[in-house]
Amino acid sequence: MSLLVSLLAQQPEPVQRAVDTVTTGEVIAFWVLGPLALAGALGMLFARNAVHSALWLVLTMLSLGVLYMVQQAPFLGFVQIIVYTGAIMMLFLFVLMMVGRDSSDSVVEVIRGQRLAAALLGIGFAVLMVGSVARALTSVEPKGLAEANATNGGNVGNIGVKLFTDYLFPFELTSALLIVAALGAMILAFVGRDGKPSKKTQKELVEERFQEGKRVGSIPGPGVFATANSVATPALLPDGSVSEESLFEVIEATDKSALSEDVADVAGTGHQPDPHALKGSES
Amino acid sequence: MTKYLAADIGDTAKLLADDPIWLILIKVVGIFAFLVVMTLFMINWERKVVARMQHRPGPNRVGPNGWLQSLADGLKLAFKEDIRPVLADKWVFFLAPVISCIPAFLAFSVIPLAGEVNLFGQQTALQLVDLPVGVLVVLACSSLGVYGIVLSGWASGSPYPLLGALRSAAQVISYEIAMGLSIVAVIMFTGSLSTGDIVNAQASTVLGVLPGWFGILLFPSFVIYVVSMVGETNRAPFDLPEAESELVGGFHTEYSSLKFALFFLAEYVNMVTVSALATTLFLGGYKAPWSGEFMNTGWWGLLWFIGKTLFFLFLFIWLRGTLPRLRYDQFMKLGWKVLVPTSLVWIMAVAVIRTGAIQQLSTAQRLIALGVVVGLVLLVSFLLPDKKVQDTKGVPLAGSGFPVPPLDLVVPKAAPKRKVKVANIPKDDQVLAAAPTAKEAE
Repeated sequence: MSLLVSLLAQQPEPVQRAVDTVTTGEVIAFWVLGPLALAGALGMLFARNAVHSALWLVLTMLSLGVLYMVQQAPFLGFVQIIVYTGAIMMLFLFVLMMVGRDSSDSVVEVIRGQRLAAALLGIGFAVLMVGSVARALTSVEPKGLAEANATNGGNVGNIGVKLFTDYLFPFELTSALLIVAALGAMILAFVGRDGKPSKKTQKELVEERFQEGKRVGSIPGPGVFATANSVATPALLPDGSVSEESLFEVIEATDKSALSEDVADVAGTGHQPDPHALKGSES
Repeated sequence: MTKYLAADIGDTAKLLADDPIWLILIKVVGIFAFLVVMTLFMINWERKVVARMQHRPGPNRVGPNGWLQSLADGLKLAFKEDIRPVLADKWVFFLAPVISCIPAFLAFSVIPLAGEVNLFGQQTALQLVDLPVGVLVVLACSSLGVYGIVLSGWASGSPYPLLGALRSAAQVISYEIAMGLSIVAVIMFTGSLSTGDIVNAQASTVLGVLPGWFGILLFPSFVIYVVSMVGETNRAPFDLPEAESELVGGFHTEYSSLKFALFFLAEYVNMVTVSALATTLFLGGYKAPWSGEFMNTGWWGLLWFIGKTLFFLFLFIWLRGTLPRLRYDQFMKLGWKVLVPTSLVWIMAVAVIRTGAIQQLSTAQRLIALGVVVGLVLLVSFLLPDKKVQDTKGVPLAGSGFPVPPLDLVVPKAAPKRKVKVANIPKDDQVLAAAPTAKEAE
């Protein structure tokens, strides 16, 4: 992280630097961040735990983001960190945590021909990657961003201009694609309320409760207004009768003789302590 | 076109470009020390202010007037036993507090603490770096800081921290969107993402009296930022990831000793950072409320900056002392259904106003534009369906002050009196014989 700070500190330099040269700092940064990114990618593949796998991927993305910053594209670097590590990987983690830490990978082929399709697509992707990397290594002339960053409002301004003039159509197309995907996800995940009345508000619930004329307060617990707070002791109404609502089914089903003492206590016919009781056994 | 874009490189960045390496190191250490001291101060200040709001003295034993209490607490925390639950994920459990702490400190590197000052014979600005994308650094760091919370909750291997982590992930993602949108308007006015440029853009005055702060010019953005900064830092009334009445301690339930202290530190440093960013973006940063030289140059800037930051920190404490915690669904509703749409509409309005200002439209054109907007609003308001008329026959029984009985009240029949469910009331002497007397018990 201290590396990042020192790299950030170097950023204003490109203005003074007219020629695009690879500085020593950039080389060091590359040889530190490159292996880190690679390690992250390998770790992601070989980690057994899904969350560990996601964390390795975060490492790769962070390294790439810092590499972009070093290569005079600070906006791209920070957007990479905010969007990929901050939002997308966080959503991944969110889902993984919801699934639970012990869920193992399913080896059952859910979609027919899934493995074959995956293998074909994987090979195709590898061919594309190798092709583009080979082209980048041989025929592409490396060109730094120092010149572009020094004109026309700097890095951010240039990206904005390009995005909203030359590349407006692909940009809008991409956003349309994302919106369609988001809407599709919403439709798939939406549980409709067809026919069901909408959820009642708190106010409606309160009014309903009063209008039905039923009990408004809570049901009395056992032992309210009673001589003991045992569940076996039913609540008493103010006139001394037992409140039916406080009776507990299980206890009602038990043999009455087992409860005779409590019954006597409730009925007020049990042992009544007199003032002498306070003095204990000496009474 | 060029008016949209700031100058190629800001004045502050030019000033910082020739900093020698030792000066950068001094600034790094200085910012670190500032944040740690602010944390120690803030914990004490919070306890004292909340205590005063609740009519009790608060910490007043350790040090002069109790001001060293948090230092003592911090030392105590460091020497406590470090416990790792059996089910915890060893590495992630260790890594989480570190991940939450580092970005919190890192975000402060782009905050301008003061303008041009003379530091050990060097003319420099009191700011570590001034990037062309400065504001994004703070956003990136806050989005990394969440990893600490989320991973700590997951790695603890216990349900309450996991729930806290899930809440936190959803919360921070939602509120970061609102926060980013509230910053957009500021960036549109400044034409730059650099914090130094944003402060400089607020140096003028409006109408000759008011300071040209974006907090006044872009008041809706300011309000949205303040709300979302409280949500972003997990502070009351939005402290759902660590709601102690629901989740014990939330994501840090299983943490103890220095690791817990790191979470504590990260939370308070984050508070200082978002307050400092609010100062920079909306309250003119290190500049005095008036333009001109008086109390507005050199080291005076640091004083203004700290004063304005403390204002926001006090706001945090005040909110905590005043408001109860929100329910989670209400909180999410506030973020997605109020803050995000409001800021989108507000950004549209700001864009229209800015375009009008830049293209120098005539008065007639502006009036036509205003008319179109008002017409659209009216059209939309007519298209909106009316609120459902409630049943007027029923008299409202609740919410109208007194519970009024309905006009068609039928008194429900009283439940038939039940006899006491006692089969045979035993005779007095039988009970006495059955119950052990005090003497028998002995």
